[in-house]
Amino acid sequence: MEERSIIQTIDITKIYGMGDAQVNALDGVSLQIGENEFVAIMGPSGSGKSTMMNILGCLDRPSAGSYFLAGEEISKLNKSELAMIRNKRIGFVFQSYNLLPRTSALENVMLPLLYSHNGNLGEGEQKEKAIKVLDAVGLADRIHHQPQELSGGQAQRVAIARALINDPTIILADEPTGNLDTRSGDEIMELFLKLHEQGRTIVMVTHEDDIAAYAQRVIHFRDGKIQMDVLNGNNKLHPQIEGV
Amino acid sequence: MRPSKVTQIAWKGLMRNKLRSLLTMLGVIIGVAAVIIMISISAGTEKAIEEQITGLGSNLIFVQANFKRGGFAAGGSNSGGLVYDDAFAIAEEVNGVSGVVVEQQSSQTVKAGNTTIDSVSILGSTADLPSVRDMTLATGRYFNQTEVDRNQKIAVLGASLAEELFGDEVPVGQVVNVGNTKMTVIGVFEEKGLVGEVDYDMRLYTPITVVFQKFTPSQFAKIMGDRVRMIYVEVDPEAEASLDDVILQIELLLAKRHDVSLDEPDFVVTTQQDIIQTQEATTAAFRDLLAWVAAVSLIVGGIGIMNIMMVSVTERTREIGIRQSVGASPSDIRWQFLTEALLLSLFGGLIGVAVGIGGSLLFGNLGDMRTVIVPTSILLAFGSAAAVGIFFGFYPANKAAQLDPIEALRHE
Repeated sequence: MEERSIIQTIDITKIYGMGDAQVNALDGVSLQIGENEFVAIMGPSGSGKSTMMNILGCLDRPSAGSYFLAGEEISKLNKSELAMIRNKRIGFVFQSYNLLPRTSALENVMLPLLYSHNGNLGEGEQKEKAIKVLDAVGLADRIHHQPQELSGGQAQRVAIARALINDPTIILADEPTGNLDTRSGDEIMELFLKLHEQGRTIVMVTHEDDIAAYAQRVIHFRDGKIQMDVLNGNNKLHPQIEGV
Repeated sequence: MRPSKVTQIAWKGLMRNKLRSLLTMLGVIIGVAAVIIMISISAGTEKAIEEQITGLGSNLIFVQANFKRGGFAAGGSNSGGLVYDDAFAIAEEVNGVSGVVVEQQSSQTVKAGNTTIDSVSILGSTADLPSVRDMTLATGRYFNQTEVDRNQKIAVLGASLAEELFGDEVPVGQVVNVGNTKMTVIGVFEEKGLVGEVDYDMRLYTPITVVFQKFTPSQFAKIMGDRVRMIYVEVDPEAEASLDDVILQIELLLAKRHDVSLDEPDFVVTTQQDIIQTQEATTAAFRDLLAWVAAVSLIVGGIGIMNIMMVSVTERTREIGIRQSVGASPSDIRWQFLTEALLLSLFGGLIGVAVGIGGSLLFGNLGDMRTVIVPTSILLAFGSAAAVGIFFGFYPANKAAQLDPIEALRHE
């Protein structure tokens, strides 16, 4: 096992359905992602990239294989334990923002803190922290706006702030620019780059090449397997599979 | 998660949809209010009946002829039912008796000046009536035993009867025609109201001997002699003899006088207590029925909560998914929805209590329905509302908790 890998999956398989209708959504995927990597996952629909994201995000468990997140084996954890891992270690950014409607940006950002078991911050400290994070994504002047009063780009920034509030190990972004126009999309990607510079680990699913171009490394999925794993810019294969 | 946090989350969840929350509570509000109002109405009815019965006079014993034993039809037999003299025997020979009243009723046309009233209830009785029946004179006086013995044609009027006959005039000293008999009015009672179904205020009271002599049809009188339907015995509350003791004395005395065995008496002795108990049993059944009706409406309210919570869980599937994605565990989600259901039913319960108390007071003040708010009914209704909230909130909450986060996030 590589010393500094944050994510390591070993021979992960995910099977849906039973008998003849059985589908191998993931078919023995082994993958390592190191600290402070910015990875894009690409692939056609049905390739297994979404299933991979769900497992990496601890929303789902693999049928077989192991998944270590920051050295912790989590494929055997129960639903409550997975929820705690999601709360502490993972920040999600979704295509459709997934903010709570009729709830201010501030409260949306504070949402993960509600479910934090160890972080016993007072209401005031929670607010302070949320405002700081909102400020970091450039929304200091929008904290009391509700999602429906925000533009798509702004809403996605709120979602990113929410993903950051618990200082997660990784940020998982699922088509983060899919609902945005090119300009807002680029702004969001600039924000991701900034987060990456600050030392965050980011895994992003996208089907747009110019969005994937922001990442350091691109992993292509096909039929439940990794088809290609390349470092951006020089088309050099990622060291993980160089030796294969 | 801390309860205060769960409550906070649930509260925000409800406040995000105020109208729906209010509509959901409506069922519980109506249910709780119904329980309180129904119980207050039945308690009020109970109280009214109890007061009417005690209004007859407290410590009363009723001695009635036993019709089943033949009584009137017995002809030559000794056991000929109650007679007028039995009353005097009881008054003289039974210890602990403070008054005895015999009543004989008739119905006559009463005239005074130009006013004529048909079918006035004429109550022939004896001197102890005001004390035994707890009646007070407004003006004048009641007749004494000497006047009863001498068949004096005198009358005491009920309050409404006096009003209808004489209006503003002073009735005492006036003459009224009762059937073909002229009587002098010597007194007027204070208002007494309805007791049972008898309007005491529309009656004319006269010595029983006058009724025997003037108003009992002659043929009937020949057969009946001076028989009476009922003797009222008032027990002296300060006497040493207990109620049961007095009853036993009366039974022994009458059995001896009528020459019947105590196993097959030609009379029945009952007490005020017996009547109150019978009434209480009836009103208790009535109250239970109302309470059940109200409980059913509370359950319907609970089903309403469940219904809306189910819709709410479906409608907020996305929200549940979002919460799960940021780290809400199944138990966090369960507690949130359970707490929402509980808050709905508790607030509904509180509002229902207010509506129930208000409604009870309103019913009590508006109609002639009497209401008494029973504190335990408030606790009962409120407690049931909370129980209903937990019971009916559990299934939707569980359903929410078991949602798959991926499915939930994908939900449109």
